[in-house]
Amino acid sequence: MIYKFFNITGLLCLFFKVSLSSQLEYKLNILVDVLASILNFIGSIFILSLFFTNGSNLGGWSWAETLIVLGIYNLLESFTISILQPNLTQIVRHVQQGTLDFVLLKPIDSQLWVSFRSISLWGLPSLLCGIILVSYGFYQSDYHFALTTICAFILLLSCSVVILYSLWFLLATTSIWFVKVWNATEVLKSLLMAGKYPIHAYPATLRLIFTYLIPIAFLTTIPAEAVLNRISVEMIVFTLCFTILFFCISRAFWIFALRFYTSASS
Amino acid sequence: MLLFNFRRKARRFILTSKSLLVSQYSLMIEYRVEIILWALSGVLPLIMLSLWLGSSAASVFGYNNEQLTRYFLSVFVVRQFTAVWVMVSFEEDTIEGRISPYLLQPITPFWRYYYSHIAEQISRIPIVLFLLIVFFACFPSSFWFPSLVNIALFLVIMYISFTIRFLLHWTFAMLSFSFERASSLERLLMIPYLFLSGLLAPIDSFPYLIQKIVMFTPYPYLLSFPAKFLAGQEVNFLRNIYILILWLTIFLITGILAWKRGVREYSSMGA
Repeated sequence: MIYKFFNITGLLCLFFKVSLSSQLEYKLNILVDVLASILNFIGSIFILSLFFTNGSNLGGWSWAETLIVLGIYNLLESFTISILQPNLTQIVRHVQQGTLDFVLLKPIDSQLWVSFRSISLWGLPSLLCGIILVSYGFYQSDYHFALTTICAFILLLSCSVVILYSLWFLLATTSIWFVKVWNATEVLKSLLMAGKYPIHAYPATLRLIFTYLIPIAFLTTIPAEAVLNRISVEMIVFTLCFTILFFCISRAFWIFALRFYTSASS
Repeated sequence: MLLFNFRRKARRFILTSKSLLVSQYSLMIEYRVEIILWALSGVLPLIMLSLWLGSSAASVFGYNNEQLTRYFLSVFVVRQFTAVWVMVSFEEDTIEGRISPYLLQPITPFWRYYYSHIAEQISRIPIVLFLLIVFFACFPSSFWFPSLVNIALFLVIMYISFTIRFLLHWTFAMLSFSFERASSLERLLMIPYLFLSGLLAPIDSFPYLIQKIVMFTPYPYLLSFPAKFLAGQEVNFLRNIYILILWLTIFLITGILAWKRGVREYSSMGA
Protein backbone atom coordinates (compact mmCIF):
# COMPACT_ATOMS: atom_id res chain seq x y z
CA MET A 1 0.00 0.00 0.00
CA ILE A 2 2.74 2.46 1.02
CA TYR A 3 4.82 1.29 -1.91
CA LYS A 4 1.90 1.99 -4.23
CA PHE A 5 1.41 5.47 -2.81
CA PHE A 6 5.05 6.39 -3.42
CA ASN A 7 4.88 4.91 -6.84
CA ILE A 8 1.95 7.17 -7.73
CA THR A 9 3.57 10.31 -6.28
CA GLY A 10 6.73 9.56 -8.22
CA LEU A 11 4.73 9.13 -11.42
CA LEU A 12 2.84 12.39 -10.86
CA CYS A 13 6.11 14.26 -10.34
CA LEU A 14 7.42 12.82 -13.58
CA PHE A 15 4.22 13.79 -15.46
CA PHE A 16 4.44 17.35 -14.17
CA LYS A 17 8.12 17.68 -15.01
CA VAL A 18 7.58 16.61 -18.61
CA SER A 19 4.61 18.91 -19.18
CA LEU A 20 6.37 21.91 -17.63
CA SER A 21 9.40 21.55 -19.82
CA SER A 22 7.27 21.23 -22.94
CA GLN A 23 5.42 24.42 -22.02
CA LEU A 24 8.51 26.51 -21.58
CA GLU A 25 8.87 26.21 -25.34
CA TYR A 26 6.16 28.83 -25.83
CA LYS A 27 7.60 31.77 -23.96
CA LEU A 28 5.35 34.35 -25.59
CA ASN A 29 2.30 32.46 -24.38
CA ILE A 30 3.49 32.62 -20.79
CA LEU A 31 3.93 36.38 -21.03
CA VAL A 32 0.44 36.77 -22.49
CA ASP A 33 -1.10 34.66 -19.77
CA VAL A 34 0.63 36.49 -16.94
CA LEU A 35 -0.56 39.78 -18.39
CA ALA A 36 -4.08 38.39 -18.83
CA SER A 37 -4.23 37.25 -15.22
CA ILE A 38 -3.10 40.62 -13.89
CA LEU A 39 -5.64 42.50 -16.01
CA ASN A 40 -8.34 40.06 -15.01
CA PHE A 41 -7.48 40.63 -11.36
CA ILE A 42 -7.71 44.42 -11.68
CA GLY A 43 -10.94 44.20 -13.68
CA SER A 44 -12.66 41.87 -11.21
CA ILE A 45 -11.82 44.15 -8.27
CA PHE A 46 -13.02 47.17 -10.23
CA ILE A 47 -16.39 45.58 -11.06
CA LEU A 48 -16.78 44.42 -7.47
CA SER A 49 -16.07 47.93 -6.18
CA LEU A 50 -19.03 49.26 -8.19
CA PHE A 51 -21.39 47.42 -5.85
CA PHE A 52 -20.02 49.34 -2.87
CA THR A 53 -20.20 52.90 -4.19
CA ASN A 54 -22.64 54.32 -1.67
CA GLY A 55 -21.52 52.36 1.35
CA SER A 56 -23.95 49.58 0.54
CA ASN A 57 -23.16 45.90 1.01
CA LEU A 58 -23.54 42.81 -1.11
CA GLY A 59 -26.04 40.47 0.50
CA GLY A 60 -24.81 41.45 3.97
CA TRP A 61 -21.14 41.01 3.08
CA SER A 62 -18.76 43.92 3.52
CA TRP A 63 -16.12 44.96 0.99
CA ALA A 64 -13.27 43.14 2.74
CA GLU A 65 -15.36 39.99 3.17
CA THR A 66 -16.32 39.93 -0.50
CA LEU A 67 -12.65 40.21 -1.41
CA ILE A 68 -12.07 36.93 0.41
CA VAL A 69 -14.75 35.29 -1.78
CA LEU A 70 -13.10 36.72 -4.88
CA GLY A 71 -9.72 35.49 -3.62
CA ILE A 72 -11.02 31.96 -3.18
CA TYR A 73 -12.50 32.16 -6.66
CA ASN A 74 -9.02 33.06 -7.92
CA LEU A 75 -7.47 30.11 -6.09
CA LEU A 76 -9.97 27.75 -7.67
CA GLU A 77 -9.41 29.33 -11.05
CA SER A 78 -5.71 28.66 -10.78
CA PHE A 79 -6.52 25.02 -10.05
CA THR A 80 -8.80 24.95 -13.10
CA ILE A 81 -6.19 26.49 -15.37
CA SER A 82 -3.27 24.41 -14.18
CA ILE A 83 -4.86 20.98 -13.70
CA LEU A 84 -8.45 20.63 -14.91
CA GLN A 85 -8.30 22.40 -18.23
CA PRO A 86 -5.15 20.80 -19.69
CA ASN A 87 -6.19 17.29 -18.65
CA LEU A 88 -9.93 16.93 -18.81
CA THR A 89 -10.29 18.58 -22.20
CA GLN A 90 -7.95 15.88 -23.50
CA ILE A 91 -10.46 13.13 -22.70
CA VAL A 92 -12.45 14.33 -25.68
CA ARG A 93 -9.40 13.91 -27.93
CA HIS A 94 -8.68 10.45 -26.54
CA VAL A 95 -12.22 9.33 -27.31
CA GLN A 96 -12.24 10.93 -30.75
CA GLN A 97 -8.94 9.41 -31.85
CA GLY A 98 -9.34 6.13 -30.01
CA THR A 99 -6.19 6.65 -27.93
CA LEU A 100 -8.18 5.99 -24.77
CA ASP A 101 -7.39 2.33 -25.49
CA PHE A 102 -3.77 2.93 -24.57
CA VAL A 103 -4.75 4.70 -21.37
CA LEU A 104 -6.96 1.83 -20.30
CA LEU A 105 -4.19 -0.67 -20.97
CA LYS A 106 -1.72 1.10 -18.70
CA PRO A 107 -1.10 -0.47 -15.27
CA ILE A 108 -2.32 2.67 -13.51
CA ASP A 109 -5.81 3.80 -12.55
CA SER A 110 -7.33 5.35 -15.68
CA GLN A 111 -9.07 8.18 -13.82
CA LEU A 112 -5.79 9.16 -12.20
CA TRP A 113 -4.03 9.13 -15.54
CA VAL A 114 -6.58 11.22 -17.45
CA SER A 115 -6.94 13.70 -14.59
CA PHE A 116 -3.32 14.41 -13.70
CA ARG A 117 -1.32 13.67 -16.82
CA SER A 118 -0.17 17.26 -17.31
CA ILE A 119 0.07 20.52 -15.44
CA SER A 120 0.10 24.05 -16.73
CA LEU A 121 2.16 26.89 -15.33
CA TRP A 122 -0.40 29.51 -16.32
CA GLY A 123 -2.37 29.02 -13.15
CA LEU A 124 0.41 30.55 -11.04
CA PRO A 125 -0.54 34.24 -11.46
CA SER A 126 -4.12 33.45 -10.40
CA LEU A 127 -2.80 31.55 -7.40
CA LEU A 128 -0.76 34.54 -6.35
CA CYS A 129 -3.70 36.94 -6.83
CA GLY A 130 -5.89 34.62 -4.77
CA ILE A 131 -3.44 34.45 -1.88
CA ILE A 132 -3.06 38.25 -1.86
CA LEU A 133 -6.83 38.79 -1.88
CA VAL A 134 -7.62 36.28 0.86
CA SER A 135 -4.89 37.60 3.14
CA TYR A 136 -5.84 41.23 2.49
CA GLY A 137 -9.52 40.53 3.09
CA PHE A 138 -8.72 38.65 6.27
CA TYR A 139 -6.45 41.47 7.46
CA GLN A 140 -9.10 44.11 6.78
CA SER A 141 -12.00 42.35 8.44
CA ASP A 142 -11.51 42.42 12.19
CA TYR A 143 -11.47 38.73 12.98
CA HIS A 144 -8.64 37.51 15.14
CA PHE A 145 -6.31 34.81 14.01
CA ALA A 146 -6.88 31.31 15.38
CA LEU A 147 -5.51 27.89 14.54
CA THR A 148 -8.99 26.38 14.26
CA THR A 149 -9.90 28.98 11.64
CA ILE A 150 -6.91 28.06 9.53
CA CYS A 151 -7.66 24.35 9.85
CA ALA A 152 -11.33 24.83 8.92
CA PHE A 153 -10.34 27.01 5.97
CA ILE A 154 -7.83 24.50 4.62
CA LEU A 155 -10.29 21.65 5.08
CA LEU A 156 -13.15 23.47 3.34
CA LEU A 157 -10.91 24.77 0.56
CA SER A 158 -9.80 21.19 -0.14
CA CYS A 159 -13.49 20.22 -0.20
CA SER A 160 -14.21 22.91 -2.76
CA VAL A 161 -11.27 21.79 -4.90
CA VAL A 162 -12.61 18.21 -4.83
CA ILE A 163 -16.14 19.38 -5.68
CA LEU A 164 -14.84 21.48 -8.57
CA TYR A 165 -12.80 18.55 -9.83
CA SER A 166 -15.79 16.21 -9.60
CA LEU A 167 -18.02 18.66 -11.46
CA TRP A 168 -15.53 18.99 -14.29
CA PHE A 169 -14.86 15.28 -14.34
CA LEU A 170 -18.55 14.41 -14.50
CA LEU A 171 -18.90 16.67 -17.50
CA ALA A 172 -15.75 15.43 -19.18
CA THR A 173 -16.88 11.83 -18.73
CA THR A 174 -19.97 12.46 -20.84
CA SER A 175 -17.60 12.78 -23.82
CA ILE A 176 -17.62 8.97 -23.98
CA TRP A 177 -21.14 9.31 -25.41
CA PHE A 178 -21.16 12.81 -26.86
CA VAL A 179 -17.80 13.38 -28.39
CA LYS A 180 -17.91 17.16 -28.44
CA VAL A 181 -18.39 18.33 -24.88
CA TRP A 182 -15.90 21.17 -25.06
CA ASN A 183 -18.85 23.55 -25.29
CA ALA A 184 -20.38 22.11 -22.16
CA THR A 185 -17.29 23.11 -20.20
CA GLU A 186 -17.85 26.66 -21.47
CA VAL A 187 -21.35 26.58 -19.98
CA LEU A 188 -19.93 25.33 -16.70
CA LYS A 189 -17.24 28.00 -16.72
CA SER A 190 -19.72 30.80 -17.28
CA LEU A 191 -22.00 29.47 -14.52
CA LEU A 192 -19.08 29.18 -12.12
CA MET A 193 -18.41 32.89 -12.66
CA ALA A 194 -21.33 33.36 -10.27
CA GLY A 195 -18.97 32.14 -7.56
CA LYS A 196 -17.07 35.44 -7.69
CA TYR A 197 -19.74 36.89 -5.40
CA PRO A 198 -21.12 35.61 -2.09
CA ILE A 199 -24.15 33.37 -2.49
CA HIS A 200 -26.23 35.61 -0.24
CA ALA A 201 -26.17 38.35 -2.86
CA TYR A 202 -28.45 36.30 -5.13
CA PRO A 203 -32.24 36.05 -4.95
CA ALA A 204 -33.65 33.07 -3.05
CA THR A 205 -34.42 30.81 -6.03
CA LEU A 206 -30.97 31.27 -7.54
CA ARG A 207 -29.45 30.64 -4.11
CA LEU A 208 -31.18 27.25 -4.02
CA ILE A 209 -29.99 26.40 -7.52
CA PHE A 210 -26.43 27.49 -6.72
CA THR A 211 -26.38 25.36 -3.59
CA TYR A 212 -27.90 22.06 -4.61
CA LEU A 213 -28.06 21.92 -8.41
CA ILE A 214 -24.70 23.51 -9.23
CA PRO A 215 -22.85 23.58 -5.91
CA ILE A 216 -21.34 27.04 -6.31
CA ALA A 217 -22.02 27.94 -2.67
CA PHE A 218 -19.70 25.18 -1.51
CA LEU A 219 -16.97 26.38 -3.83
CA THR A 220 -16.38 29.93 -2.65
CA THR A 221 -18.87 31.15 -0.05
CA ILE A 222 -18.46 28.38 2.52
CA PRO A 223 -14.63 28.47 2.63
CA ALA A 224 -14.89 32.26 2.93
CA GLU A 225 -17.24 31.85 5.87
CA ALA A 226 -14.64 29.58 7.45
CA VAL A 227 -12.04 32.33 7.15
CA LEU A 228 -14.45 34.74 8.83
CA ASN A 229 -15.15 32.27 11.64
CA ARG A 230 -18.84 32.28 10.81
CA ILE A 231 -19.30 28.61 10.17
CA SER A 232 -20.82 25.98 12.44
CA VAL A 233 -19.42 22.50 13.00
CA GLU A 234 -22.60 20.96 11.52
CA MET A 235 -22.03 22.89 8.31
CA ILE A 236 -18.43 21.63 8.08
CA VAL A 237 -19.59 18.03 8.54
CA PHE A 238 -22.35 18.53 5.97
CA THR A 239 -19.89 19.97 3.44
CA LEU A 240 -17.52 17.09 4.05
CA CYS A 241 -20.26 14.51 3.46
CA PHE A 242 -21.45 16.35 0.37
CA THR A 243 -17.91 16.42 -1.01
CA ILE A 244 -17.34 12.70 -0.46
CA LEU A 245 -20.69 11.89 -2.02
CA PHE A 246 -19.98 14.10 -5.02
CA PHE A 247 -16.57 12.57 -5.57
CA CYS A 248 -17.94 9.04 -5.33
CA ILE A 249 -20.63 9.89 -7.88
CA SER A 250 -18.05 11.17 -10.34
CA ARG A 251 -15.90 8.08 -9.81
CA ALA A 252 -18.83 5.71 -10.23
CA PHE A 253 -19.93 7.58 -13.33
CA TRP A 254 -16.49 7.17 -14.91
CA ILE A 255 -16.52 3.42 -14.30
CA PHE A 256 -20.09 3.24 -15.62
CA ALA A 257 -19.19 5.26 -18.71
CA LEU A 258 -16.19 3.07 -19.54
CA ARG A 259 -18.58 0.18 -20.06
CA PHE A 260 -19.98 2.07 -23.01
CA TYR A 261 -16.63 2.92 -24.51
CA THR A 262 -16.19 1.29 -27.87
CA SER A 263 -12.90 2.18 -29.43
CA ALA A 264 -12.81 4.62 -32.32
CA SER A 265 -12.17 2.05 -35.02
CA SER A 266 -14.87 -0.41 -34.01
CA MET B 1 -20.01 50.36 -69.55
CA LEU B 2 -18.74 51.22 -66.09
CA LEU B 3 -22.23 50.91 -64.67
CA PHE B 4 -22.70 47.58 -66.37
CA ASN B 5 -19.44 46.32 -64.89
CA PHE B 6 -20.49 47.48 -61.43
CA ARG B 7 -23.84 45.76 -61.72
CA ARG B 8 -22.19 42.52 -62.75
CA LYS B 9 -19.81 42.73 -59.83
CA ALA B 10 -22.62 43.43 -57.40
CA ARG B 11 -24.61 40.50 -58.73
CA ARG B 12 -21.64 38.20 -58.37
CA PHE B 13 -21.06 39.41 -54.84
CA ILE B 14 -24.67 38.75 -53.85
CA LEU B 15 -24.55 35.31 -55.45
CA THR B 16 -21.35 34.28 -53.68
CA SER B 17 -22.63 35.68 -50.39
CA LYS B 18 -25.81 33.71 -50.73
CA SER B 19 -24.11 30.43 -51.54
CA LEU B 20 -21.54 30.88 -48.78
CA LEU B 21 -24.27 31.68 -46.29
CA VAL B 22 -26.36 28.68 -47.30
CA SER B 23 -23.44 26.26 -47.17
CA GLN B 24 -22.17 27.58 -43.85
CA TYR B 25 -25.70 27.45 -42.42
CA SER B 26 -26.12 23.80 -43.33
CA LEU B 27 -22.72 23.16 -41.72
CA MET B 28 -23.89 24.88 -38.54
CA ILE B 29 -27.14 22.93 -38.42
CA GLU B 30 -25.01 19.81 -38.02
CA TYR B 31 -23.81 21.14 -34.66
CA ARG B 32 -27.20 21.86 -33.09
CA VAL B 33 -26.30 20.69 -29.60
CA GLU B 34 -23.11 22.72 -29.62
CA ILE B 35 -24.99 25.84 -30.60
CA ILE B 36 -27.50 25.34 -27.80
CA LEU B 37 -24.61 25.01 -25.36
CA TRP B 38 -22.89 28.09 -26.76
CA ALA B 39 -26.11 30.02 -26.35
CA LEU B 40 -26.45 28.80 -22.76
CA SER B 41 -22.90 29.86 -21.96
CA GLY B 42 -24.05 33.44 -22.52
CA VAL B 43 -26.06 33.54 -19.28
CA LEU B 44 -23.53 35.76 -17.53
CA PRO B 45 -25.51 39.01 -18.09
CA LEU B 46 -28.52 37.37 -16.42
CA ILE B 47 -26.43 36.36 -13.40
CA MET B 48 -25.15 39.93 -13.18
CA LEU B 49 -28.74 41.18 -13.45
CA SER B 50 -29.77 39.20 -10.40
CA LEU B 51 -26.82 40.65 -8.47
CA TRP B 52 -27.60 44.23 -9.47
CA LEU B 53 -31.28 43.80 -8.62
CA GLY B 54 -30.36 42.72 -5.10
CA SER B 55 -27.92 45.57 -4.59
CA SER B 56 -28.85 49.10 -3.65
CA ALA B 57 -25.88 50.46 -5.60
CA ALA B 58 -27.89 50.70 -8.84
CA SER B 59 -29.99 53.57 -7.53
CA VAL B 60 -26.85 55.72 -7.27
CA PHE B 61 -26.53 56.01 -11.02
CA GLY B 62 -30.27 56.26 -11.50
CA TYR B 63 -31.34 52.84 -12.74
CA ASN B 64 -34.54 51.39 -11.35
CA ASN B 65 -35.28 47.66 -11.41
CA GLU B 66 -37.14 47.86 -14.70
CA GLN B 67 -34.29 49.68 -16.43
CA LEU B 68 -31.77 47.24 -15.02
CA THR B 69 -33.75 44.26 -16.29
CA ARG B 70 -34.16 45.75 -19.75
CA TYR B 71 -30.51 46.74 -19.93
CA PHE B 72 -29.11 43.34 -19.01
CA LEU B 73 -31.62 41.48 -21.14
CA SER B 74 -30.57 43.61 -24.12
CA VAL B 75 -26.93 42.92 -23.28
CA PHE B 76 -27.79 39.23 -23.30
CA VAL B 77 -29.33 39.52 -26.78
CA VAL B 78 -26.47 41.59 -28.23
CA ARG B 79 -23.90 39.24 -26.73
CA GLN B 80 -25.63 36.26 -28.31
CA PHE B 81 -25.44 37.75 -31.78
CA THR B 82 -21.98 39.27 -31.64
CA ALA B 83 -19.93 36.25 -30.57
CA VAL B 84 -16.64 36.06 -32.46
CA TRP B 85 -14.32 33.05 -32.62
CA VAL B 86 -12.45 33.80 -35.82
CA MET B 87 -9.05 33.69 -34.07
CA VAL B 88 -9.47 30.09 -32.98
CA SER B 89 -10.78 28.77 -36.28
CA PHE B 90 -8.29 30.75 -38.35
CA GLU B 91 -5.39 29.48 -36.28
CA GLU B 92 -6.64 25.93 -36.63
CA ASP B 93 -6.91 26.33 -40.39
CA THR B 94 -3.38 27.71 -40.74
CA ILE B 95 -1.79 25.06 -38.52
CA GLU B 96 -3.55 22.22 -40.30
CA GLY B 97 -2.76 23.73 -43.69
CA ARG B 98 -6.38 24.16 -44.77
CA ILE B 99 -5.77 27.80 -45.50
CA SER B 100 -3.58 27.03 -48.55
CA PRO B 101 -6.41 25.74 -50.77
CA TYR B 102 -8.60 28.64 -49.59
CA LEU B 103 -5.94 31.04 -50.80
CA LEU B 104 -6.11 29.54 -54.28
CA GLN B 105 -9.82 30.22 -54.58
CA PRO B 106 -10.88 33.41 -56.36
CA ILE B 107 -12.48 34.79 -53.19
CA THR B 108 -10.85 36.22 -50.06
CA PRO B 109 -11.08 33.74 -47.18
CA PHE B 110 -12.37 36.63 -45.08
CA TRP B 111 -15.89 36.08 -46.42
CA ARG B 112 -15.85 32.41 -45.55
CA TYR B 113 -15.23 33.20 -41.87
CA TYR B 114 -17.55 36.19 -41.84
CA TYR B 115 -20.45 34.23 -43.24
CA SER B 116 -19.84 31.27 -40.98
CA HIS B 117 -20.33 33.66 -38.05
CA ILE B 118 -23.52 35.04 -39.54
CA ALA B 119 -24.81 31.54 -40.26
CA GLU B 120 -24.19 30.59 -36.64
CA GLN B 121 -26.11 33.65 -35.48
CA ILE B 122 -29.07 32.68 -37.65
CA SER B 123 -29.08 29.20 -36.16
CA ARG B 124 -29.10 30.76 -32.69
CA ILE B 125 -32.31 32.75 -33.26
CA PRO B 126 -34.77 30.03 -32.10
CA ILE B 127 -32.73 29.30 -28.95
CA VAL B 128 -32.51 32.96 -27.98
CA LEU B 129 -36.22 33.46 -28.66
CA PHE B 130 -37.02 30.45 -26.48
CA LEU B 131 -34.85 31.75 -23.62
CA LEU B 132 -36.48 35.18 -23.89
CA ILE B 133 -39.96 33.67 -23.78
CA VAL B 134 -39.00 31.66 -20.68
CA PHE B 135 -37.61 34.80 -19.08
CA PHE B 136 -40.71 36.88 -19.78
CA ALA B 137 -42.95 34.04 -18.61
CA CYS B 138 -41.13 34.11 -15.27
CA PHE B 139 -41.01 37.91 -15.02
CA PRO B 140 -43.96 39.21 -17.07
CA SER B 141 -43.72 42.70 -15.58
CA SER B 142 -40.42 43.32 -17.33
CA PHE B 143 -41.84 42.77 -20.80
CA TRP B 144 -41.36 45.47 -23.39
CA PHE B 145 -41.51 45.63 -27.15
CA PRO B 146 -39.54 48.28 -29.06
CA SER B 147 -41.13 49.84 -32.14
CA LEU B 148 -40.42 48.16 -35.47
CA VAL B 149 -38.35 51.13 -36.63
CA ASN B 150 -36.20 50.83 -33.53
CA ILE B 151 -35.75 47.11 -34.06
CA ALA B 152 -34.60 47.72 -37.62
CA LEU B 153 -32.20 50.44 -36.47
CA PHE B 154 -31.00 48.18 -33.68
CA LEU B 155 -30.19 45.42 -36.16
CA VAL B 156 -28.14 47.84 -38.25
CA ILE B 157 -26.24 49.07 -35.19
CA MET B 158 -25.67 45.57 -33.91
CA TYR B 159 -24.27 44.41 -37.24
CA ILE B 160 -21.88 47.35 -37.39
CA SER B 161 -20.79 46.48 -33.83
CA PHE B 162 -20.39 42.84 -34.74
CA THR B 163 -18.34 43.71 -37.82
CA ILE B 164 -16.06 46.00 -35.80
CA ARG B 165 -15.42 43.24 -33.30
CA PHE B 166 -14.92 40.70 -36.08
CA LEU B 167 -12.38 42.95 -37.82
CA LEU B 168 -10.56 43.55 -34.54
CA HIS B 169 -10.18 39.81 -34.00
CA TRP B 170 -9.43 39.28 -37.68
CA THR B 171 -6.52 41.73 -37.45
CA PHE B 172 -5.00 39.75 -34.61
CA ALA B 173 -5.85 36.40 -36.20
CA MET B 174 -3.51 37.35 -39.04
CA LEU B 175 -0.65 36.91 -36.59
CA SER B 176 -1.15 33.14 -36.87
CA PHE B 177 0.51 33.43 -40.28
CA SER B 178 3.73 34.28 -38.43
CA PHE B 179 3.32 32.78 -34.94
CA GLU B 180 2.08 29.32 -34.21
CA ARG B 181 -0.20 30.05 -31.25
CA ALA B 182 -1.70 33.43 -31.90
CA SER B 183 -5.04 32.46 -30.41
CA SER B 184 -3.69 32.87 -26.89
CA LEU B 185 -3.92 36.58 -27.67
CA GLU B 186 -7.67 36.10 -27.75
CA ARG B 187 -7.68 35.83 -23.96
CA LEU B 188 -5.99 39.20 -23.84
CA LEU B 189 -8.52 40.71 -26.23
CA MET B 190 -11.43 39.30 -24.24
CA ILE B 191 -10.46 40.94 -20.95
CA PRO B 192 -11.09 44.60 -21.80
CA TYR B 193 -14.24 43.45 -23.60
CA LEU B 194 -15.43 41.71 -20.44
CA PHE B 195 -14.88 44.67 -18.15
CA LEU B 196 -15.27 47.77 -20.33
CA SER B 197 -18.08 46.90 -22.71
CA GLY B 198 -20.86 47.04 -20.14
CA LEU B 199 -21.31 43.27 -19.96
CA LEU B 200 -20.94 43.02 -16.17
CA ALA B 201 -22.04 46.49 -15.15
CA PRO B 202 -23.63 49.39 -17.05
CA ILE B 203 -21.04 51.97 -18.10
CA ASP B 204 -23.12 54.55 -16.20
CA SER B 205 -22.11 52.87 -12.95
CA PHE B 206 -18.40 53.58 -13.55
CA PRO B 207 -16.74 56.53 -11.79
CA TYR B 208 -16.93 59.67 -13.95
CA LEU B 209 -13.25 59.75 -14.97
CA ILE B 210 -13.16 56.09 -15.96
CA GLN B 211 -16.38 56.56 -17.93
CA LYS B 212 -14.71 59.36 -19.91
CA ILE B 213 -11.64 57.20 -20.63
CA VAL B 214 -13.68 54.15 -21.57
CA MET B 215 -15.66 56.14 -24.13
CA PHE B 216 -12.43 56.67 -26.08
CA THR B 217 -12.02 52.91 -26.56
CA PRO B 218 -14.11 50.87 -29.02
CA TYR B 219 -15.48 48.61 -26.28
CA PRO B 220 -18.65 50.48 -25.21
CA TYR B 221 -19.70 50.64 -28.86
CA LEU B 222 -19.47 46.87 -29.19
CA LEU B 223 -22.07 46.09 -26.54
CA SER B 224 -23.25 48.93 -24.35
CA PHE B 225 -24.48 51.23 -27.12
CA PRO B 226 -26.58 48.67 -29.03
CA ALA B 227 -27.93 47.28 -25.77
CA LYS B 228 -28.92 50.69 -24.44
CA PHE B 229 -30.62 51.47 -27.72
CA LEU B 230 -32.62 48.24 -27.62
CA ALA B 231 -33.52 48.82 -23.97
CA GLY B 232 -35.04 52.16 -25.00
CA GLN B 233 -32.66 54.38 -23.04
CA GLU B 234 -31.77 57.92 -24.03
CA VAL B 235 -28.73 57.77 -26.28
CA ASN B 236 -27.13 60.40 -28.46
CA PHE B 237 -27.93 58.45 -31.59
CA LEU B 238 -26.14 60.39 -34.33
CA ARG B 239 -22.99 60.96 -32.33
CA ASN B 240 -22.74 57.27 -31.47
CA ILE B 241 -23.31 56.27 -35.08
CA TYR B 242 -20.49 58.58 -36.20
CA ILE B 243 -18.11 57.02 -33.69
CA LEU B 244 -19.27 53.55 -34.69
CA ILE B 245 -18.46 54.26 -38.34
CA LEU B 246 -15.13 55.77 -37.34
CA TRP B 247 -14.13 52.57 -35.51
CA LEU B 248 -15.40 50.49 -38.42
CA THR B 249 -13.13 52.39 -40.80
CA ILE B 250 -10.13 52.09 -38.50
CA PHE B 251 -10.46 48.35 -38.09
CA LEU B 252 -11.28 47.86 -41.77
CA ILE B 253 -7.92 49.45 -42.60
CA THR B 254 -5.98 47.48 -39.98
CA GLY B 255 -7.74 44.28 -41.07
CA ILE B 256 -6.83 44.75 -44.74
CA LEU B 257 -3.24 45.74 -43.92
CA ALA B 258 -2.79 42.77 -41.57
CA TRP B 259 -4.22 40.42 -44.20
CA LYS B 260 -1.86 41.68 -46.90
CA ARG B 261 1.13 41.47 -44.59
CA GLY B 262 0.10 38.02 -43.35
CA VAL B 263 -0.27 36.52 -46.80
CA ARG B 264 3.20 37.81 -47.71
CA GLU B 265 4.71 36.26 -44.58
CA TYR B 266 2.91 32.99 -45.18
CA SER B 267 4.12 32.46 -48.73
CA SER B 268 7.66 33.33 -47.70
CA MET B 269 7.50 30.60 -45.06
CA GLY B 270 6.68 28.14 -47.81
CA ALA B 271 4.48 26.04 -45.56
